[in-house]
Amino acid sequence: MFKRLPDIAGATVAITIDGTPFSARQGDSVAAALLLAGRAACGMTAVTGRKRAPYCLMGVCFECLVTIDGEAARQACLVPVRDGMRIETQGAATSITEPAA
Amino acid sequence: MSDPNEHHSGAPSASSAGEGARIQGEYDVVIVGAGPAGLAAAAATASAKLSTLVLDENAGPGGQIYRAITTTPVQSRDVLGLDYWQGEDLVAQARASGATFVQGATVWSLDRDRQMAVSINGASRGLFARRAILATGALERPFPIPGWTLPGVMTAGAAQTVLKSSGLIPDGRVVLAGTGPLLWLIAAQILRAGGAIDAMLDTTPRGNFRRALVHLPGFVASPYFAKGRALQREVRSKVKIIDGVTALRAIGDDRLREVAVTRGGAEERMAADILLLHQGVAPNVNLAMAAGVAHRWDARQLCFVPVLDADGNSSVPGIAVAGDGAGIGGALAAAERGRLAGLAAVRALAADRAPGAAETDAARRALRRAERGRAFLDILFAPAASFRRPTGDTIVCRCEEVTAAQIAETMSLGVEGPNQLKAFRRCGMGPCQGRMCGLTVSELIAQARGVSPDAVGYYRVRPPVKPIPLKELADMPQTPAAVNAVVRG
Repeated sequence: MFKRLPDIAGATVAITIDGTPFSARQGDSVAAALLLAGRAACGMTAVTGRKRAPYCLMGVCFECLVTIDGEAARQACLVPVRDGMRIETQGAATSITEPAA
Repeated sequence: MSDPNEHHSGAPSASSAGEGARIQGEYDVVIVGAGPAGLAAAAATASAKLSTLVLDENAGPGGQIYRAITTTPVQSRDVLGLDYWQGEDLVAQARASGATFVQGATVWSLDRDRQMAVSINGASRGLFARRAILATGALERPFPIPGWTLPGVMTAGAAQTVLKSSGLIPDGRVVLAGTGPLLWLIAAQILRAGGAIDAMLDTTPRGNFRRALVHLPGFVASPYFAKGRALQREVRSKVKIIDGVTALRAIGDDRLREVAVTRGGAEERMAADILLLHQGVAPNVNLAMAAGVAHRWDARQLCFVPVLDADGNSSVPGIAVAGDGAGIGGALAAAERGRLAGLAAVRALAADRAPGAAETDAARRALRRAERGRAFLDILFAPAASFRRPTGDTIVCRCEEVTAAQIAETMSLGVEGPNQLKAFRRCGMGPCQGRMCGLTVSELIAQARGVSPDAVGYYRVRPPVKPIPLKELADMPQTPAAVNAVVRG
């Protein structure tokens, strides 16, 4: 989907995306790393479960919500990558069910 | 911490309690947003020794236009262009002024008494501002076409963001679509960076130029004229341009596969991996509206703008709005509006330290220069009604997946305004809080009722203007009186 310009320098940052190691660069947002990793989608809508991907990359649309280091619903476009960061793309919103009797 | 974006003006470095630990509870001036307006405002107030705090949501200063100006890995200056690199001086001046900058700070509440709440590193805290300057900038106008929610469809601004901050360019079959000066700039930047664009689909309505002609003299006298012509020539020499586009559809299953383009009544399809949409920008009004700032519909810019005086003072005492959040004027106008709002804050809080009238006069003149040509651009690039007011199954509210047809059906039940529509359809009640659908909804309702959007108004925006975890609310320090008000026994 996106590729890095060839002459870009900068320290690499080791992260995992859904458990798969990925090498990002210092200064990347989590969303940039997802785009570079070729993740077509990072979540599903709460209503119909359709796939969604980062749309605005400026903190407005909330389409890039992911789980970062265990914390759900973070805006991937606003969070810079950090060494060792664990990123999990999200499924549909958790459904609320009656507890078993 | 070695983050080059961090800047502490004599304050202790971040403690284990996070960035928020070095913030005091009260400031002379709190500025929200570190784009051109916020930076210029900060330089003006901090230079006059007013305690100045700048809260900005991004990783570094610059806003959208100068995004990543202190960190961009795109070092060849030709790629992003000289206008971009002007942001360096603004940042340098603001940093030298002694203002405190906190990046990664999301302001989620501001009330009429200028009590604020801000989330930093997962913790929220309250603040009081003797003056608040809102420099929250602009966001890209909604572009609701069939399929605009498919992965692979993004805003053109999004592509520019990752180019500036990470040196990424779109890969595969890339199609740009829409209208406005920014679309041409982004196309040129992608090309200069070595990217390829398969097609650019120009949706500028054909009648616009004739209507804009009356404003042509002002435009020709502005710097935009030569720059705009050069940009268009540059892009046209390398990209297939399809103009006169009257309808667009993004087609795909779980991601974008094709773009359908209607021109001259006939539809043609092209394969695409990435579709970048853009039809201008509109003020990001959420925080100002939540604070109770009066807004009005701007019929030329087709958006809601705050009602302001010449210094950016709003209807709420002590709250000013500067930059594109005050109405779209571009980066140079934004900086001058920020300077004027900052100077007004100095006059209000420390008249003895205020610079002479010459400085304010110079900023007003510079603002008038920067605004020259804007009327022509507004009218020339006004998006077509059909791209602002969708019909049928096209999604309007992306978060809650509400379609244009559902909105029309709900209106036929007698729903007259955006807030009632929320109750019926949850339209505008998802995490983006109406940012992606607010303008569309107001315009759809206005059309159906046969009135101006001014008569319809906008969603009522309330804090938190950005979603925050309940835990952050619960962990905020409370006064004994507040605790006593709700604790029993």
